[in-house]
Amino acid sequence: MSETDAIPEFSKSKAGGGGGVGVSNMSALAGGPGIKSVGEALAIILTAVIVIGGAEILLSAFGVPQYVMPKPSEIGRAFVTDFHFILPHLGHTLVELLSGFAIGASIGLILAAVVTQFPFAEKIIAPYILLLVTTPMLALVPLLILRFGFGYTPRIIAVALAAGPMVMINSATGFRRVDQGKIALARSYGASTLQIFWKIRAPMALPMILVGLMIGAIFGLLTAVGAEMVGGGFGLGNRLTSYSSMIQMPQFFAVVLILSVLGILIYILFFLIGKKWASWEA
Amino acid sequence: MGGAQQAKLEVRKASKVYKTGSGDLLALDRCSLAIKSGEIVSIVGPSGSGKTTLLWSMSGLHGLTGGDVLLDGKPITGPSPEIGMVFQDANLLPWRDVDANINFPFEIKGQTPDRDWIARLMHRVGLDGFGKRFPRELSGGMQQRVALVRALSFKPSVLLMDEPFGALDSFTREEMNHLVEEIYLDTRTTIVLITHSIEEAIFLSDRVIVMSPRPGRIAGEYAVPFPRPRSMEIMATREVFDLTNIIKREIVGEQKSKARLVSAPVDPVGQHAAL
Repeated sequence: MSETDAIPEFSKSKAGGGGGVGVSNMSALAGGPGIKSVGEALAIILTAVIVIGGAEILLSAFGVPQYVMPKPSEIGRAFVTDFHFILPHLGHTLVELLSGFAIGASIGLILAAVVTQFPFAEKIIAPYILLLVTTPMLALVPLLILRFGFGYTPRIIAVALAAGPMVMINSATGFRRVDQGKIALARSYGASTLQIFWKIRAPMALPMILVGLMIGAIFGLLTAVGAEMVGGGFGLGNRLTSYSSMIQMPQFFAVVLILSVLGILIYILFFLIGKKWASWEA
Repeated sequence: MGGAQQAKLEVRKASKVYKTGSGDLLALDRCSLAIKSGEIVSIVGPSGSGKTTLLWSMSGLHGLTGGDVLLDGKPITGPSPEIGMVFQDANLLPWRDVDANINFPFEIKGQTPDRDWIARLMHRVGLDGFGKRFPRELSGGMQQRVALVRALSFKPSVLLMDEPFGALDSFTREEMNHLVEEIYLDTRTTIVLITHSIEEAIFLSDRVIVMSPRPGRIAGEYAVPFPRPRSMEIMATREVFDLTNIIKREIVGEQKSKARLVSAPVDPVGQHAAL
């Protein structure tokens, strides 16, 4: 390209202008969620200390009995002393959650990908999916227990039934976001239907798929714990009913704490996946 | 067109009917057009004059209801590797960085990209060092540069551009016009360009085709005989001013005469060749 040298100013001004744009965008990127400075971190920690410490002081000052609301220090102690006992139950809940979610999410994802390719089939199937989304799957647990007993099976089925439709409905929204321009682009290079699916439709749907997976996982956790509360001798839900019936409130709240942490971990996991793979859609 | 030379791209009596809720819409009515190898042809005209339909049928993306399109004398039935396309917006894939966007055609075709050629194109459009940036980090003009590199990356012999710079501000647009001409002088790629800007059409083209709406027809054709490389000084000359006005009048006149149901006079090709 001999002409290139003839227009150095033109090229240079372009690169410079672009640099400016890039820098302004980089600073915009840093403005996302996350801790930005030491001061901010301190403020967050300080708030937590005030909330927890305040609860501790108020509960002692008013002499609130332990069976109504245990003090944070009591919950903390129960957490440490009983953790070895709660841990296997946490394992059971995780097995139910992970296997139920894997089954439900896979079916939901595949159904969404297939059904959105055929608008007519989608119209037929949509009301049933909506029914599955809006019906609390917990309602089916007694029936499932009757049929499958007190083991993992009814719980895994319940988790799959709760997570699947959530994944399906959100992913379907993603797959339906068809950008004809981008499909035309792929077709102009001779892309096959399969290539268009993997290289255009799937990446475009990914942000919505991740939302569906996150909601599905959280609904799955709720359903797993709920199913454990309905029947069976293990799992975190079973611990909740058992501790509350024995009025062991510090232990009860220790389990609640574990469940909260689980929920937050699910959120953080999908947030990080989204940041890595779907950050293009800010 | 004529002569012994075979047209690079030839449209023969192209018609296109769109089925709509309120009946059939004749978007393109027996349009014929021949484009020589290494020629830049612009298509201008009001909305609904079938410009985009005509261009997309040349790309093989949309079929025709009647007539056909020939590339090097052979009918086009689908997308061809000989044809590169630049779309209205840059149409980059936002989840891919610049390098991966440029690599996209090769992934689809299962070919290995010519790295040297792409590096030269990137240098030419002033995108050195921007390979790892994502589209959202780039300005509209830079995105369209990436789209240009992507379209040229597999060395097509024809470049079709569908209002490529319509969304850019007028300064960026002028820069992009210079860039297209530079690339053209370098590669001599045959270019067909749809634009709403008569100035852009005149600056870039060897010929400007004016289309009229409802149904989409070719209403006139104007030769633009200025030597290349063209400068912005040429754009300020009397000749360009006159030509711009003639084309403008053709477009407006077409619409007015349509309203009066009177057929508009068509300027013969090459009337302004003496400019």
